Amino acid sequence: MSPTEPGVGAPLLAVHGLRKSFGDNEVLRGIDLEVRRGQVVALVGPSGSGKTTVLRSLNSLEIPDGGGITVGDDLVVDFDRPVGKRQLNLLRDRSAMVFQHYNLFPHMTVLQNVIEGPVHVRKQPKADAVAEAERLLQRVGLADKRDAYPFQLSGGQQQRVGIVRALAMRPQVLLFDEPTSALDPELVGDVLAVIKELSDEGWTMVIVTHELAFAREVADEVVFMDQGLVVERGAPEVVLGSPQHDRTRQFVRRLQQRF
Amino acid sequence: MDWELVRTSLGPIVRGAVLGTIPLTLASFALGLALALAVALMRLSHIRVVSGLARAYISVIRGTPLLVQLFVIFYGLPSVGLTISPWPSAIIAFSMNVGGYGAEIIRAAILSVPKGQWEAAHMVGMPRALALRRIILPQAARVSVPPLSNTFISLVKDTSLASLILVTELFREAQQIAAVSQEFMVLYVEAAAVYWVVCLFLSTAQSLLERRLDRYVAH
Ligand SMILES: Nc1ncnc2c1ncn2[C@@H]1O[C@H](COP(=O)(O)OP(=O)(O)OP(=O)(O)O)[C@@H](O)[C@H]1O
Ligand SMILES: [Mg+2]
Repeated sequence: MSPTEPGVGAPLLAVHGLRKSFGDNEVLRGIDLEVRRGQVVALVGPSGSGKTTVLRSLNSLEIPDGGGITVGDDLVVDFDRPVGKRQLNLLRDRSAMVFQHYNLFPHMTVLQNVIEGPVHVRKQPKADAVAEAERLLQRVGLADKRDAYPFQLSGGQQQRVGIVRALAMRPQVLLFDEPTSALDPELVGDVLAVIKELSDEGWTMVIVTHELAFAREVADEVVFMDQGLVVERGAPEVVLGSPQHDRTRQFVRRLQQRF
Repeated sequence: MDWELVRTSLGPIVRGAVLGTIPLTLASFALGLALALAVALMRLSHIRVVSGLARAYISVIRGTPLLVQLFVIFYGLPSVGLTISPWPSAIIAFSMNVGGYGAEIIRAAILSVPKGQWEAAHMVGMPRALALRRIILPQAARVSVPPLSNTFISLVKDTSLASLILVTELFREAQQIAAVSQEFMVLYVEAAAVYWVVCLFLSTAQSLLERRLDRYVAH
């Protein structure tokens, strides 16, 4: 299930000068980001700092007003110029998103949720898609739930299905938006364990999270955002352990007090 | 009470239901639903003219009496050179009516599907039309079954208006027998009873359908 392309460590995803406003609200004010193949980047920051908007932009769920996104060495999307549907679709194909509230399709079984994109969008033969889905479900311990409907699953199980649905899209980059923040505390561990496994297998991931302990454990780099800008970035033990900037320090202190 | 009259008239009245009321309802509802879906999607369009047209259509249908719509089509159109016979006139009027009311129901149902469902559909690569068909409409359908069932049951009763444009259906059969026998009370109560039985049956079918559609929702 791991992406076996060569070139681990080569730049895979680059974001430069990304800008986005909602009306008068300037949400992203020139974001730069670089993710190397196989790297895990944790995006942290206070509420409203624009983390979700960055992830959504990477998956073409939001169209930035300016700046650019590069994925691999053949896809460059320049938002300073008019961007066509085709470009947005190409960008979307490179990544897959795991949502905070899972967003599973409630009228479909677990298996149907997972094969929906491969079969109905990518036109993969159904038997292949089913075989792959079953293998992935097995990996996250949900093989016996393939015919269950989402409402019959716990939050943690639903989120693991969400992860499998994303994996089945065979993306180059996995995007997680606070994948555990809607979960009961006792269910968080299972989901984090799956994400940890994926990182060990070499998946490239961008994870928005408030779980600083987890970020420290799994991330190769932590990026701290505030008010639409990247304030500080670096190794987890530096950014979360001995932050250089006041705002980072305040943020880390506040989160640690909460637990 | 003239039981003999009840016995002899029941045949024609039930025949009026089976050959008139029920097929008229089914045909009008099927066409009306297709129209309603089209109008609902137009109403949700980002193109101003398109959504404006849909809005105007809904407004006219909901703002004028069904009986008047029926008369315009059957008695009015011939004077501009367009004569439509009773059955097609009735089907046109009733399906246009269902199209107007149903459009609002379907539109509301589509809007009730959480935004996250559109996003998840896009995430797995679906363009708008495919997302609508595979992800949004099946969920909207579930939400719209109860109000659409009510529209359907109303339609059964509304088809009695077709008697006024000479369609032979349940109520017209009763009227004709009443005119001959002069037993208005007996025949109109009998007609009411037959409508009631049909609607009772439909309400039961409605709850069965709702229960079936509920199978993927937590209780
Ligand atoms: N669709 C939208 N329309 C208008 N404003 C929006 C929209 N999406 C986000 N915003 C605004 O953009 C800002 C950044 O939002 P974003 O969701 O990216 O923040 P975040 O860092 O993910 O916050 P949180 O930690 O609360 O999830 C917020 O002020 C939010 O209100
Ligand atoms: Mg967010």
